[in-house]
Amino acid sequence: MRNTPVLVDPTGEVEPARREPLARPASLDGRTVALLDISKARGDIFLDRLHMRLDERGIEVKRYMKPTFARIAPVAVKQQIASEAALVVEGLAD
Amino acid sequence: MTKQFTLVVKRDCPTCTLLEPVYAELAASGLALDVWTQDDPAFPESVSGALDEELERSFRLGVEIVPTLIRREDGEETGRTWGWDRAEWERLTGLEGLGAGLPPFRPGCGAKNVEPGMPEALAARFGSAHLKSRRVPLAPLEDEVEAAYDRGWSDGLPVVPPTEARVLAMLDGTTRDPGEVLGLAPPNLQPCTVEKVAVNAVMAGCKPEYLPVVLAAVEAALDDAFCMHGVLATTYYIGPIVIVNGPVRRAVGMNAKGNVLGQGNRANATVGRALQLVVRNVGGGKPQGVDRAALGNPGKYTFCFPEDEEGSAWPPLSESRGAGKGASAVTLFAGYGVMGVVDQDSRTPEALVETFADVFRGLENRNRRNIDAVVVVSPEHDRVFRDGGWSREDLEAALRTALDEPGHETPKLREGGLLIVRAGGGAGMFSAILPGWAATGPVGSIPVTKEVGT
Repeated sequence: MRNTPVLVDPTGEVEPARREPLARPASLDGRTVALLDISKARGDIFLDRLHMRLDERGIEVKRYMKPTFARIAPVAVKQQIASEAALVVEGLAD
Repeated sequence: MTKQFTLVVKRDCPTCTLLEPVYAELAASGLALDVWTQDDPAFPESVSGALDEELERSFRLGVEIVPTLIRREDGEETGRTWGWDRAEWERLTGLEGLGAGLPPFRPGCGAKNVEPGMPEALAARFGSAHLKSRRVPLAPLEDEVEAAYDRGWSDGLPVVPPTEARVLAMLDGTTRDPGEVLGLAPPNLQPCTVEKVAVNAVMAGCKPEYLPVVLAAVEAALDDAFCMHGVLATTYYIGPIVIVNGPVRRAVGMNAKGNVLGQGNRANATVGRALQLVVRNVGGGKPQGVDRAALGNPGKYTFCFPEDEEGSAWPPLSESRGAGKGASAVTLFAGYGVMGVVDQDSRTPEALVETFADVFRGLENRNRRNIDAVVVVSPEHDRVFRDGGWSREDLEAALRTALDEPGHETPKLREGGLLIVRAGGGAGMFSAILPGWAATGPVGSIPVTKEVGT
């Protein structure tokens, strides 16, 4: 195991060193939501339910699937989601 | 007054082993002596010593040669000697007849703490406490280059990860205090220290010897006359262009010849890039943030080049702008480019200057007035002006006369806004104009020249 590298901050240090997650959108209006099935058992049941609820609110939904939960998503899937949707929900566990 | 002596030795040094009898004499004399050995805890045999296993003691003492003998009085160092010079050892210790039977003089050996790569490693380990910047620990599996991208530190190209060792090595390139504030970096008006410039110079790929040039460029950018905030925030194409004059150009190996405005030379490329990274990271100026450029230009990655003073009959640009004769200096110009001035036919200065004027007339928009520009005169065009006996001032005056148009009160070229430099490869009758900003002079950006320090 290599040593954990430490870098010297090149910035004016007005923002926290810890990377913050992107801010949650105030509204889903006009945004397309991606639902990513990672091919894990019963993930589709959770996502189907979510899909239904989003449909009720008139929000556009697109469905995507990883070939296997054991590996990270193929680049093509990530790129397709990034270019077609503003948010993504993935069903992580069974 | 308390006298204390410190001795640093290593077994793998013939001079150190030769002096065993001297160590015994020092110990027997009763003077207070600490002995540190760099490689073998069983050495010296004549006195007991401690192993400087991590070389921290040697690093903190600044030992370069072993043996080194240091005298302290009341905690303050009052003398040191290295190698074996009997007279020096006797003077330092006040003891006489040291090492009787030994030769009077033997040079020492290089200390382990100054072996290649060690000073940087030891500095990072034991000497980085004075770095004031926040430390950013990465996750164990995080790639350093990707980490810099993820944190928004990059201009789009990979950066050299700014480790403590690299930053400390970079700071060795200047005599200035890392904590010295050069000014407030726009747009966030954060204090820009020598240390922050060094961190960004590391990321840009600079060698430590480039740092004084980068510091001068940053000082020029932070000069109120240059108006860096406006240069950043404008919707115009421009960015800072760094023109370097003086001996430092050759000292750091800049390219003033073929492809001078292009890629391929480390100093040209990284000095300009370091300035842009300072603006991005210390100032917080990012595209689509405060940088509102509609199009920008490729020179906003880096735009830095030296004048070819050796090939020029004219005095250096920096001298014409008030810098000392023979001094190294940077001139910062808010501009973009490159607009070609192509003339393979003119053989007289009068004919050639008309071609330059033609390009200026149509530059950006025929109605543009009061513009600033850098004119980069290529060697083959320079030859025509030189053969005609024209000075830089002659060229500027002829250009202004040629650009006088009836009906316009405001001149095409702003008074004081034309910088003429000579650079480029020996073949090709192709000069260039680097146009400036729409806001020129006191209402916008004024070119700034700063001498390069140490």
